[in-house]
Amino acid sequence: MSKKYQTPLLDELKKGKWPSFVTEIERAAEKSEMTDDLLGQVEQSYKERMGHWKHGGMVGVKGYGGGIVGRFSDLPEKYPGVKEFHTIRINQPSGFFYTSDILRKIVDIGDKHASSLYNFHGSTGDIQMLGVKTSELETIFQQLVSFGFDLGGSGSALRTPSCCVGMARCEFANYDAMNICYNITQAFQDEMHRPIFNYKFKFKFSGCGNDCTASIARADLSVIGTWKDNIRIDQDMVKEYAKKMNLHKYVTSKCPTKCMSYGETGLKIDDSNCSKCMHCINVMPKALRPGVKGGATILLGSKAPMVSGPRLSMVLVPFYDVAEDAKNGYQWFRDLIGKIWEFWDEYGVSRERVGELIQRVGIGNFLEAIGLEPLPEMVSSPRGNPFVLYEDYVEVDGEQG
Amino acid sequence: MPDVSGTKRITDVGPHDYHDFLHPVIKNNYGKWKYHEILSPAHMVHVSEAGDKIYSVRVGSPRLVSGFFIRDLCDLADKYTGGYLRFTTRNNVEFLLDKEENIEPLMNDIKKLNLPLGGIGNVVANIVHTQGWIHCHTAASDASGVTKALMDDLYEYYIDAKLPAKVRIAFACCLNMCGAVHCSDIAVLGIHRRPPKLVPDKIINLCEIPSTIASCPTNAIRPDTYNGKPNVKLIEEACVFCGNCFTVCSGMPISDPLNDGVSIWVGGKVSNARTKPSFSKLAVPYLENDPPRWPKVVEAVKTILDAYKNGAEKGERVGEWIERIGWPKFFNITGFKFTKYHIDDFRLGEATMNYSAQVRQ
Repeated sequence: MSKKYQTPLLDELKKGKWPSFVTEIERAAEKSEMTDDLLGQVEQSYKERMGHWKHGGMVGVKGYGGGIVGRFSDLPEKYPGVKEFHTIRINQPSGFFYTSDILRKIVDIGDKHASSLYNFHGSTGDIQMLGVKTSELETIFQQLVSFGFDLGGSGSALRTPSCCVGMARCEFANYDAMNICYNITQAFQDEMHRPIFNYKFKFKFSGCGNDCTASIARADLSVIGTWKDNIRIDQDMVKEYAKKMNLHKYVTSKCPTKCMSYGETGLKIDDSNCSKCMHCINVMPKALRPGVKGGATILLGSKAPMVSGPRLSMVLVPFYDVAEDAKNGYQWFRDLIGKIWEFWDEYGVSRERVGELIQRVGIGNFLEAIGLEPLPEMVSSPRGNPFVLYEDYVEVDGEQG
Repeated sequence: MPDVSGTKRITDVGPHDYHDFLHPVIKNNYGKWKYHEILSPAHMVHVSEAGDKIYSVRVGSPRLVSGFFIRDLCDLADKYTGGYLRFTTRNNVEFLLDKEENIEPLMNDIKKLNLPLGGIGNVVANIVHTQGWIHCHTAASDASGVTKALMDDLYEYYIDAKLPAKVRIAFACCLNMCGAVHCSDIAVLGIHRRPPKLVPDKIINLCEIPSTIASCPTNAIRPDTYNGKPNVKLIEEACVFCGNCFTVCSGMPISDPLNDGVSIWVGGKVSNARTKPSFSKLAVPYLENDPPRWPKVVEAVKTILDAYKNGAEKGERVGEWIERIGWPKFFNITGFKFTKYHIDDFRLGEATMNYSAQVRQ
C-alpha cells in the first residue's frame, strides 16, 4: 500500500535499534485508513512542534460516564481519518496476565472497528484501544463485555485499580495483591463507571516495599506489602553469598535502621527494628525471605503536581491484615474507603485530590473524621513548632473545656 | 451516542477474572514461590517451595503497538509457552515458560522480530511514557518520539546489565504527568514557558468560571467580566505555565511552539529499599523541542547516565549517588548550570534549603 503522506521527520524515528512506534503506526495503517491520517497529522506536529488535537470532547456509551477519552483532530478537513480518534480504556486483568487467545479476541475487535493501534498499557493500567469513532463505541463495548472485559475509569471517578505481579510470580509478595485488586475493582464498579467524585481517585496494590506499581507516588490510596514477624534466614545460603560479595559493604551497612550484622555466627537481624525496606532481601533472594505473617501498610494521598504540587503517600494504617479481611470480602478495607470518600465528598472542592484536601483541613481533623487514632508510625517526627491548636483546657470553676 | 433503546445490554461486568489467564505452573504455585534467580538481563527463573520452575523472558515494547505486534507476540506464545504471557508495569512483555529448552529458540525468534531482549537487573528499564502529540491535547512535547530516541541511544544499557543499579527513566509530556514521572531516576518533563492566551468568547461559552479559577495553583486566574458577562482575567506575572487551566477550559490555550520544550529531573525513586521514596529534582530547566530525535535531550540524559555510571558505587541508585557526593559536585561533573530556577520557591519549597554549615568546600 502506498503511503498517503510523505513523513520525512517520522521516518527518522523508524531508524535505530529500539522498536519504533512509527513502524507500528504504519503496520496498523494496513488495517485502517484512519491510521494513515494519524501519520499525516503527527508529521505536521513534528514540523510545527505542537499538537493538533482539539480540547477534550465528551463521548461515551450509554449508562457510563467514563471509560472513553474523547479525542478530535483540530484539522479534520485535512486529516478526515482522525476527525474522531477516541480512546477506549479497557480494564486490564490483575497482574497484566493474558493468554494468546484472549489477546487475539481483543485485537480482532480493534482491528475491525478501530485504528488497530493500542497501548499495552496506559499509565494507570488499562489496555488502551486508540482511534475509535463515536459510531463504533457501542459495538466495541458490547463485544468486549461479551467475553468479560469492561471499560476502565476516566474523569472524576475511581480510576482503574492496578497491582503488581504479586503472589502469582513473586516470592516477595506479602499479600495477595492480584486478588484484592480484582475484588475491589468489582466492588466499586459504580464509582468507576459513573463519575461522581471531586476529581480522580486511584488505588494501587504492591506486594512489597519495592513498589513495582509506583503506588506511593501516584495512587491516592497506596497498599504496600509488609510483614509482622521475622525475616526468614537460610544461614547456609547467606554464607554462599558471603563468598561472592562483601556482606558488610553491600548488605548490612546499607540497612536503614542498622538492625543487622554479619559475623561468625551468621547473619543476625533485630527484626523489631527492621523497617521492611526490602534491601537485604533484594540482594540475597536465595537466603532471605519476608516473614510469614504478611499484610500491608496503607498509605494515602500521593499525586502528580496538579493542582497544589506533587505529593507522596503517607502512612495511614501501619499494618493491615489483608488475608484476614479477605475472608470477609475485604469489608474492613471497603468501609475504610467509604469513610475516606464520604469525608472527601463532604469537604473537598472540585478538582481537589484527597491528599490536597487533607493538607488543607489538617491531618488531625481528617483522622478524627474517619475514626483512626493518631500513631507515631504516621510521622517522620512529631512537630517542631509550638503552634498547637489545643482543644482541651480547664475553666476557673474546674469545669473541663 | 447511538440509540440503544430496546436492546439488551450488558454492563458493569468488571475486569476479567485473572485466574483464567494464569499458566498452570503459576496456578499450582500461587503464593508459594521460594526464590528467583536472574539468569541474564533478559530472563529469570522463579523456583517454588515444591521445586517447580517458571521462566520469564522479558522483551521491550514501544507501548504504542499495532494489532500485528500483538499477534506476533501471540504466535510466539503459542509456539513456546502454551499461550501464556504477561506485561510488566513498565511496558515490557514477559513470556512465561515451564520448559527450559524453549528459552533459546524463543529468544532466537524474538531476535528475528528485531525486538530487544533485556530489562532485568541493573539496566536502564523501559521508559514509562505518556501519549504526546500522538493522542493528547495538552502535550508540550511528544512522548513516543523522545522515548524512541532515548532508547535507541541507551539500547546497550537495556540489553546488558552494566550499571551500578537499576535506572528508571520516565517521560511526561506536560505537568499532568500521567505516570510516576516525578519519582524517577531520570525524568523528562514537557513544559510551557509562556502564560495561556485568553480567548474570552470561548471562555464564556465553553468554560465553567469557578472551576477555571480553582484550577490555578498560584491564584493567577481571577474573576472578571467581558461584554457584561462573567469571565476571567490572568495575572500574568503570577502564572507558572502549568497548563492546568487549559485542561479545564479550552479558552485558555497555552501551547507555544516557540517556547515549549522539556525539563530534566534526577534522583527520584519509588522503592523503599535503603532510602525512602523521593521526588526527582530539577537538573536542566529547559531544552527546546527538537524533533524528530531531540538530540540535546538525549545528550543530557547520557551525560547524567555516564556521570552516574562512573561515580556511583555498586547498588546505589542515581539519587543515592547524588546524596553521597552532594549537589554541587553533581552540577560540577555534569556541567549543568545551577540557576535560580533550581531553588524551590513554590509551597513548602523552602524546606529544601541547606539549614546547616555542612558544606563540602
